[in-house]
Amino acid sequence: MQSATIKPSPAGKILWAAVSIVGAWCLGVVALRRGESINAIWLVAAAISVFVIGYRFYGKFVEHYVLRMDPTRAPPSVLRNDGLDYVPTDKWVVFGHHFAAIAGAGPLVGPVLAAQMGYLPGTLWILFGVVFAGAVQDFMILGLSLRRDGRSLGNMLRDELGPAPGVVAMFGVLVLMMIVLAVLALVVVKALTHSPWGTFTVAMTIPIALLMGGYLRWLRPGRILEVSIIGLVLLLLAIWYGKYVADSATLGPIFDFDAKTLAWLLIAYGFCASVLPVWLLLAPRDYLSTFLKIGTIALLALAIFLAAPTLRLPAVTRFIDGSGPVFAGNLFPFLFITIACGAVSGWHSIIASGTTPKLLANEGQARLVGYGGMLMEAFVAIMALVAAASLHPGVYFAMNSPSAIIGDTVQHAAATISQWGFVVTPDDLIQTAKNVGEQSILSRAGGAPTLAVGMAQLLHNIIPGEGMMAFWYHYAILFEALFILTTVDAGTRVGRFMIQEIAGLVHKPLQETRSWAGNLLATAICVTLWGYFLYQGAVDPLGGINTLWPLFGIANQMLAAIALMLCTVVVVKQKRERFMWVPGIPAIWLIVCTLTAAWEKLSGPISFTRAANKYAAALQNGELLAPAKTVAAMHQIITNNYVDMVLTGIFMLLIVVMLGFTLNAIAKAWRVNRPTAHEEPYVALDSVPSGATGL
Amino acid sequence: MNATFQSIRKWAVQTARLCCGVPDYEVYVRHLREHHPERRVPTYKEFFRERQEARYKGTGGRCC
Repeated sequence: MQSATIKPSPAGKILWAAVSIVGAWCLGVVALRRGESINAIWLVAAAISVFVIGYRFYGKFVEHYVLRMDPTRAPPSVLRNDGLDYVPTDKWVVFGHHFAAIAGAGPLVGPVLAAQMGYLPGTLWILFGVVFAGAVQDFMILGLSLRRDGRSLGNMLRDELGPAPGVVAMFGVLVLMMIVLAVLALVVVKALTHSPWGTFTVAMTIPIALLMGGYLRWLRPGRILEVSIIGLVLLLLAIWYGKYVADSATLGPIFDFDAKTLAWLLIAYGFCASVLPVWLLLAPRDYLSTFLKIGTIALLALAIFLAAPTLRLPAVTRFIDGSGPVFAGNLFPFLFITIACGAVSGWHSIIASGTTPKLLANEGQARLVGYGGMLMEAFVAIMALVAAASLHPGVYFAMNSPSAIIGDTVQHAAATISQWGFVVTPDDLIQTAKNVGEQSILSRAGGAPTLAVGMAQLLHNIIPGEGMMAFWYHYAILFEALFILTTVDAGTRVGRFMIQEIAGLVHKPLQETRSWAGNLLATAICVTLWGYFLYQGAVDPLGGINTLWPLFGIANQMLAAIALMLCTVVVVKQKRERFMWVPGIPAIWLIVCTLTAAWEKLSGPISFTRAANKYAAALQNGELLAPAKTVAAMHQIITNNYVDMVLTGIFMLLIVVMLGFTLNAIAKAWRVNRPTAHEEPYVALDSVPSGATGL
Repeated sequence: MNATFQSIRKWAVQTARLCCGVPDYEVYVRHLREHHPERRVPTYKEFFRERQEARYKGTGGRCC
């Protein structure tokens, strides 16, 4: 079964040799050319070659030797076919569904932030991280779930490691979710601060969604595509009209908010949106954002291929030493924390053990969906990196550095950034802001605005026209804000259910998801949790992203490490110990990265501890440090840092505890000389009546 | 040619619907008729509403 599958024909061998040579050549150009700018196409070509080779060889190796996927075995979709959740589905339909579920804002933000170290470190981590860690995680979790009736990550952890690790992991997922929601909402806040145009268009998505919801409910039930097209047209109109709102002396100020107010508005919105019926607001926005997301990713790819921009950012900047303004910390471990989604994302293990394994019609298709889907996501990350790296480096740093470092004026910002070696004039910064129709582009960290400027410039190169750049910029902002807000709504809802589940362990009636009291209480707790971190980010001295993104990265990689540890345990339990390094090495790498990063965030020059002490010392001397203007604000910053310290400590503890459980389970399984994994028994696909038909 | 276009269109519609959590209605109806002939077949409207509610019941969701 194993050897028969890896035997390419002579023509195949020649083809793969050619792909390898092209890939190696492109990668060589990307990695070794110094002193002159290279075209983004080299990078894109290198990425595609690496992905294709990784998919064909490493993916296949994992499929046949580690997971031993068996096309003759009946998958859950066939065994439990209920026509709804478990349905054998065409593999490309499943692929599209899986990709739409895993692709989000993450791969667009991380690489943009990591570009401060140059495009090379980020590129290499995305390419090799995805082939050896990210795609392996997604694929293996999908494979494990396929053999376990499509069970979820939490259930599989309980079955294979025991009940306690299951509870620990569930707690970890909840904390991760709160950080994800806060940091994503912060991206929106950063993009909309003092931007009436952006705020107006994003605000308009609410009435548009309500309209769509009503249409779907009463006028034309179930006509998703039709209503999405109507919604899209209305959105484009809102972007177009946004310019007049921003220019208007009466309407403009209504939509002009500072970061704190926006944070409060988002918190209030998150609460309302997650207690309203789903058909009214959440579902229609979800449809719109799903289609907009896929469409925009395709548009970005098209723009990069047609515009073929030059990478203006150096391959490696001096900020690999950890002195960078966008996020603090050395290349190791912080690059591997900053780029989570796109290289390896723990969140995917939840999706890969969610709906996808219930739809796959055959185990032989798991590599395409699991491994291939993640490669697609990595490609999105590469495109985001290209968009950021093709910007003027001075503009990039002006947009992504906190105002505590570059100041509030274009003159000061230009002078500071020029000193770093990225020569830029105040006029360049003013002109860029004017081109995209904004008052200022300074300190708009968070990825979305940078990507939006990058995308706007790329699209402007292809479709020139007066004022078009401003339109594209706000389109890109709207698209990111729309799907981030959808994640916030849906995430708050999921968080609410999780909190109710945990509360139910203490007091049973709270578990009842239909009870209004339990519902409102759990929603309030959930919104308070992520709202606290969002507000903290909005008042943070370093602009929020600088503080919260590492926490998010640590949490996400922690979950990935847990998922990979589960895979390692199962491989050992199946008595395939000689392949335990396949999930084992990436797991160890992620454990090392997260623990090191967490430790540096607890002690040392870039730690929360240091920041708390700095503000505490100033307070004792009766001084006020920017941005705090009152003693109360000083106290708040100190408390926030303490909270972040505690959270970092919890993450470290979680990882260490899970590592303990894992080693224990491995040691136990090692001593037994028969497979002990909890797989469902083999049922031949042929033996299931009518199941084999697939579609 | 026309058949190819038809199948691509069918694929695209099915994928787009599934991305929003709505599986194929015809497949469900066929499943009900074959395996549970005693149950009433829901209208598309009922089917759609049930799926819309089910999508946001928690568990999993989407990615960052």
